[in-house]
Amino acid sequence: MAIQNLNINVEYLTRVEGHGNIVINVKEGKIETCKLEIVEAPRFFEGMLRGRSIFEAQHITSRICGICACGHTLASIQAAEDALGIIPTSQTIKLRKLLLDLEMLDSHLLHIYLLVAPDLLGVKSFVPLINSHNEVVRRALRMKKKCNDVCDILVGRHVHPISAIVGGFTKLPEEKDIENMLGLLQGMRPDMEATVELFSKLKFPDFERDTEYVGLVSDDDEYPLLSGDIGSTDNIRLSKHDYRKITNEFIVPHSTAKRTKLSRESYAVGALARFNLNYDKLLSEARRVAEMIGLKPKCINPFLNTAAQLVECVHCLEHAIGILEEFKKSKINYDEEIVVGLNENRKIPVIEGNGVGAVEVPRGILFHNYQTDEKGCISYANCVIPTNQNTGNIEYDLKKLIPEILDRNEEEITLLSEMLVRAYDPCISCSTHLLNIKFM
Amino acid sequence: MKKPKIAFFDFACCEGCQLQVANMGEGVLDVLAAFDVVEWREVMSEKWDKKYDVAIIEGSITDNHAVERITKIRKKANILIAYGSCATIGGVNGMKNNFELDDIRKYVYGESYKFFPTELTKAVHQVVKVDYFVNGCPVYIPEFVAILKAVLQGIPYYVPDYAVCVECKLNENICMYDKGVTCLGPVTRAGCNSWCINNGNICYGCRGMLSNPNEKSARDVLAKYNIPIELIINKMNMYNKCREII
Repeated sequence: MAIQNLNINVEYLTRVEGHGNIVINVKEGKIETCKLEIVEAPRFFEGMLRGRSIFEAQHITSRICGICACGHTLASIQAAEDALGIIPTSQTIKLRKLLLDLEMLDSHLLHIYLLVAPDLLGVKSFVPLINSHNEVVRRALRMKKKCNDVCDILVGRHVHPISAIVGGFTKLPEEKDIENMLGLLQGMRPDMEATVELFSKLKFPDFERDTEYVGLVSDDDEYPLLSGDIGSTDNIRLSKHDYRKITNEFIVPHSTAKRTKLSRESYAVGALARFNLNYDKLLSEARRVAEMIGLKPKCINPFLNTAAQLVECVHCLEHAIGILEEFKKSKINYDEEIVVGLNENRKIPVIEGNGVGAVEVPRGILFHNYQTDEKGCISYANCVIPTNQNTGNIEYDLKKLIPEILDRNEEEITLLSEMLVRAYDPCISCSTHLLNIKFM
Repeated sequence: MKKPKIAFFDFACCEGCQLQVANMGEGVLDVLAAFDVVEWREVMSEKWDKKYDVAIIEGSITDNHAVERITKIRKKANILIAYGSCATIGGVNGMKNNFELDDIRKYVYGESYKFFPTELTKAVHQVVKVDYFVNGCPVYIPEFVAILKAVLQGIPYYVPDYAVCVECKLNENICMYDKGVTCLGPVTRAGCNSWCINNGNICYGCRGMLSNPNEKSARDVLAKYNIPIELIINKMNMYNKCREII
């Protein structure tokens, strides 16, 4: 018989980045409460940026999140360059695309293996997997280490990259560095095949809810991650400068993270949104994996965000290898190396400006917006984080999911709720920090 | 010997220092094998309600709830390690202390700011006793491993109290001042192998200030390159604002 009364209260949801609670309360078969509470201590980054030099924005906002520090870096640089009227060179753009590929790959691998796999394999965390699935854990750590090693070469380190700044790179990879990076990534291919093999056999929960998916769109053939317009599956397309018309941010008291909505009561961003919007632009290797695991656009099962991440892993690995192969042929122009803090010598003219960065980071589209005064100091800052854009959508998913699974026991309901939230790969550090489930 | 029970806790931070552990690759398995990991919310669902031999604290203390939590953890922990800049010196969270708290709350959350209480940002040792300091934003893994070894042997670890410049010179970097750029290397504690300068950036002071910096010499350098002291102070306040709290 279906459960009539249920109180679930998951405090400090585990295996997500940051602090959040899930609160679900069912009375006489009806949902009374169904909330995703963001309880992360607010950190006030937008407030702290005021008065700082626009050239410091990248360094500071990278610290919003250790998991997607490279993503914040790229969005921040794009916004700052937009405000100052700087146009990056094609070499710089290519290196940034490489960095973004590595960011996706690294973050998705962490999520797929260490945070999601334990649920699918029926254990509480990756720790018991060290004994039961030692080879799987070792493969995950090996792949992650390779991403990290490539980032070390490219930007000094993955957590809070050092050499990627406004205007370009303070250190450009030498010829042998290009070779090394290429070797590391090519060497990852067998492990990637094994990863696809493993996850194609695991079963994700069945559940569907139609929603609006939002992400970058573009007119060229490349899967858009670093730049483009903002598009949605409800046929909206706007310039990144109109991001506020997309996000329509609002505040709810039970969350230190702001929320967003567009054409419907909520929308979703992330790997599945990108997959649904830009499937045709994925590299053929990635599309083949999608076909193999039966993932087709428009997919409306949020649990399959993890599967879309897997497809993106393949895409980003091959895309990154492609960029490095081009650099191997065409060589790096070292005259483009820049000195940090150039502006202390006023080498980059500062102007009063307003700039927006819109970049696809692992968890979805990320916006940074800065206004600068005539001295190049930040007078206004706004960051709209993917997880903030997803929290509303997660709550609506939960509201549809819970009645469908009330015939199960409380433990199963709690686990499925946690898995749903985890599928979005929420990053509460970013959104301030995210998750717990409370069934009250 | 029984393996020490170790637990990770995160306060206000980006969790990047925890991630540094995962970035060790398969080597992390050797490190974990020396301990019994009993609680680590970011990667584990397991919880532990007894005593810890070692508690690793990431993040700054930014509200009363955090003060209560860290006090409880301290009571249950034999050894407490402050891990990463946010924990050891307040880090970037300290920039909040440059503003009136109500003002910054209203700026970020508007009319609803009352839902979001906050207090002055503090480093962990400004609230409870800390036994080991792992500095850096993010932490430098070779140093963290050295500290864990010290913990296992029951001996203290001394954070270098000489300038980043010492390591930077050994790495044969061109001095940032010679490139016409200010750098906090001369007043910042070493131990990171001059990580940022090796990669063409400046030192931002993330490892904290030297206990006894050569102030006169630093002033000479500023005078030589015609750099206003305010510029340096402003840069220090990015990571080291909490030094003002006594």
